[in-house]
Amino acid sequence: MTQVSMTVNGKAVSGDVEGRTLLSSFLRDHLSLTGTHVGCDTAQCGACVVHVNGEAVKSCNMLALEADGADVGTIEGQAAEDGSLNVIQQAFQDHHGLQCGFCTPGMVMSAAALLKDNPRPTEGEIRKYLEGNLCRCTGYHNIVKAIMAASGQDVSSIAAE
Amino acid sequence: MYNFDFEKPSTIADAVAALAGEDAQALGGGQTLIPTLKQRLAAPSTLVSVSGIAEMKGVCVEDDGSVAIGGATTHADVAADAASSYPALAALAGQIGDPAVRNRGTIGGSVANNDPAACYPAGVLGSGATIVTNTRQIAADDFFQGMFTTALEEGEIITSVRFPVPQAASYQKFLQPASRFALVGVYLARFADGVRVAATGASEDGVFRWSEAEEALNKEFRTDALLGLHINPMNMIGDLHGSKEYRAHLVSVMTKRAVEACS
Repeated sequence: MTQVSMTVNGKAVSGDVEGRTLLSSFLRDHLSLTGTHVGCDTAQCGACVVHVNGEAVKSCNMLALEADGADVGTIEGQAAEDGSLNVIQQAFQDHHGLQCGFCTPGMVMSAAALLKDNPRPTEGEIRKYLEGNLCRCTGYHNIVKAIMAASGQDVSSIAAE
Repeated sequence: MYNFDFEKPSTIADAVAALAGEDAQALGGGQTLIPTLKQRLAAPSTLVSVSGIAEMKGVCVEDDGSVAIGGATTHADVAADAASSYPALAALAGQIGDPAVRNRGTIGGSVANNDPAACYPAGVLGSGATIVTNTRQIAADDFFQGMFTTALEEGEIITSVRFPVPQAASYQKFLQPASRFALVGVYLARFADGVRVAATGASEDGVFRWSEAEEALNKEFRTDALLGLHINPMNMIGDLHGSKEYRAHLVSVMTKRAVEACS
């Protein structure tokens, strides 16, 4: 076992892990931050997306020890301390951007990474950015709509496809 | 996944020393290696991460105009940082996988793995790049030796890849949307002394140069020059996503599109 230390949602954390321990396992099993979901475990579905030093990564495809010293952000760090949703989460709720909700943590974390680099993305840019996030319920339309709304754009004219 | 020891050296010399151990394996971004380990298709005793080696990261333009990319540079960084110095290669990097994969995956890892459907091998072979390791320099024509096979020796690390910058170049990727790899991808580069055409995703032997197309385009750089040229389907990959004949056809189509993009 090796000690790993990192900052998760602004708090310093550490734990003893094996070489093979995945970042997703460290978050879920060691820190009990189970908002990060493991869907496919093959780095295709994107439910496990977190931020590592500000960049979106698939936490089921990164070793915990690779994140030693890193600044990690998870879905648990998105809402405010009092539980009020941030603008992206609120937009997902307002625009019905989820049904079963399993993919939502990854969708929200990917959306946050996109809007950091591209504050007013087009519909096409959002769809392209979400290529690595799979949703089996919504057909994506309301997810895209929610992200456009979260970026402050008028979505009243976006009809269902 | 079987367990392993993990090391993260900060210099190439320390990484080479760590890789001298029995069954030690280098780890780039892990976007292929970690899934491989999960499947228990590999069982290294030690994984040596190169992600902490600063001298293996970044894109720089050399004195002779070539573009050198550190082996541990992520696809996202190449897409952003090579956009002005070698736009066609930056565009290729920006089409690999998805954004989260591009934030981890590295050029050295992709080239060392030589997946038969990966994008980078086409860009490296199509550009006639040089693979620089901790011990030597290897021309792309000598480096790729068949599916998942390269000229790398045990413990050898790709420290950088050096690209001569062509007058014009284009990567045309026919996406396999489930895997996000290329069903077929063609990288065409036009230099003052000739055209290079490299195809990925198509052959059982991995990335290859289509020399007949190169000869025809050297005589006349027009899509019409490709009329009548065909890839023999015999050695092509055939699977549920596309037959041998379909892939052979796609090599022609993607080459034509690349010529159009460079004209």
